[in-house]
Amino acid sequence: MKITLDIWRQKSRNEKGRFVRYELEEVSPEMSFLEMLDLLNTNLIKRGEDPVAFDHDCREGICGTCGMYVNGHPHGPVKSITTCHLSMREFKDGDTITVEPFRARSFPVIKDLVIDRMSLEHIQVAGGFISVKTGSAPEANTIPVPKKNADEAFDAASCIGCGACVAACKNASAMLFLSAKVSQMALLPHGKPEAKQRAREMVAAMDDMGFGRCSNTGACEAKCPKNIKITNIARLNREYYKAY
Amino acid sequence: MSKVLYSSISQKFIMALAGLFLITFLPVHLGINLLLLNSDPEPFNRAAKFMSDFPVIKIMEIVLFAAIMIHIIYGILLQIQNWIARPVRYKKSNRSETAPFSRFMIWTGGIIFIFLIIHFFNFYFIKLGLVEGDPYNFYDVAWQLFTNPLINIIYWVSFILLGFHLYHAFHSAFQTIGLNHRIWTPLIKGVAFIYAVIIPAGFSLIPLYIWIVSS
Ligand code: HEM
Ligand code: SF4
Ligand code: FES
Repeated sequence: MKITLDIWRQKSRNEKGRFVRYELEEVSPEMSFLEMLDLLNTNLIKRGEDPVAFDHDCREGICGTCGMYVNGHPHGPVKSITTCHLSMREFKDGDTITVEPFRARSFPVIKDLVIDRMSLEHIQVAGGFISVKTGSAPEANTIPVPKKNADEAFDAASCIGCGACVAACKNASAMLFLSAKVSQMALLPHGKPEAKQRAREMVAAMDDMGFGRCSNTGACEAKCPKNIKITNIARLNREYYKAY
Repeated sequence: MSKVLYSSISQKFIMALAGLFLITFLPVHLGINLLLLNSDPEPFNRAAKFMSDFPVIKIMEIVLFAAIMIHIIYGILLQIQNWIARPVRYKKSNRSETAPFSRFMIWTGGIIFIFLIIHFFNFYFIKLGLVEGDPYNFYDVAWQLFTNPLINIIYWVSFILLGFHLYHAFHSAFQTIGLNHRIWTPLIKGVAFIYAVIIPAGFSLIPLYIWIVSS
């Protein structure tokens, strides 16, 4: 397949970036999207040019680093997958693909498609944990947890911190991410003792990081690769009100 | 403690409460206005007089103005913060998954605000003595006003945009105050749709009826 790429190139944090077009002739539909970028970079290196920087680690949808904005969608046009799971089968011969970094004031571009996601880290550090050692797993029935809570907590815990919710949101709000981090704790007995402090501190950290405010648009839920639901955002709001 | 007053969630909470109050006010306002369709001016004028004299309603009027101001101020504040949160825009961006009317809240809201000013000039300012007219006969004021096609068009357009605002606002407010439920939320969205159609339709009917009958 022949693919034209319109990619954001930016040398460093403080330099102005711009879109650059590249033609790729020998793209196979069997390639993953990232392999296609690898091919581009091999070509660029052969030509003595600077390869396109992009984040990736696991390439199996669990590390959350590979997020980029592909043709107007975080992680590309296919629902419920990360960019590393995006296949070139989704594109046609002759397509032009626009590739941009996730855009938010809280996600400054480091280089090309690589963004600084420390802002999410700061939110997590503000309270997304239990501050005492909980030891090894106790006998399963000593602390009863309703099945529904266990399932919902597990679903919330599947958030990989990729930031696609922020990228998708017209307000660049991190509420879906934060709601997942608060919910996974709020739903389980271990999280209860520190629930109030957690809600207060994590919301304050989110605001400090310069994310936008939630308008309940639903875009985050639609674009989350892990199908985190906005019911978690309503729960986060409740947890926050209960904390005061 | 001071953090709670400025936090993003608190701002949205206050805004949602003010908005929900306005949502309860609109059907009351519409109910009274529908008396304008009666060929006898008496019932409407009596209701209007009751609304301006009864002490409890006087207090509600203050609450109403406060709610409008709070809602607008917080709305603008939130919107500015949201614009700042994404300084560099996407070149190619797909918004098909964003609830359609949620994108235009500041614009539909802004037009409602301009409409409110016009609306106050048409009616409320007469009561305050700022604009000429008979404050004891709003029936005639309305029947006079809506013979003007331009005024009619301004009112209809504003009501349609109000409907757009209300459709997203109604269910968004429930989510903001923390209510999201497997069964209730789809129901709330249904009610939001009905409300967002019926309220503007009801309000539009009045100038339309007066205009047709008078011409
Ligand atoms: C007068 C001018 C108005 C302005 C400038 C305005 C502005 C806004 C804005 C910008 C939002 C979206 C906030 C967000 O992004 O989450 C909003 C939401 C809302 N509006 Fe308005 N609005 C106005 C009038 C009204 C009226 C007349 C009503 C009701 C009768 C109303 C009810 C609501 C409600 C309930 C919400 C939802 C709050 C939430 O999302 O939690 N607004 N308004
Ligand atoms: S909520 Fe979804 S989109 Fe947001 S960071 Fe977590 S996994 Fe990514
Ligand atoms: S590279 Fe790890 S999630 Fe895509």
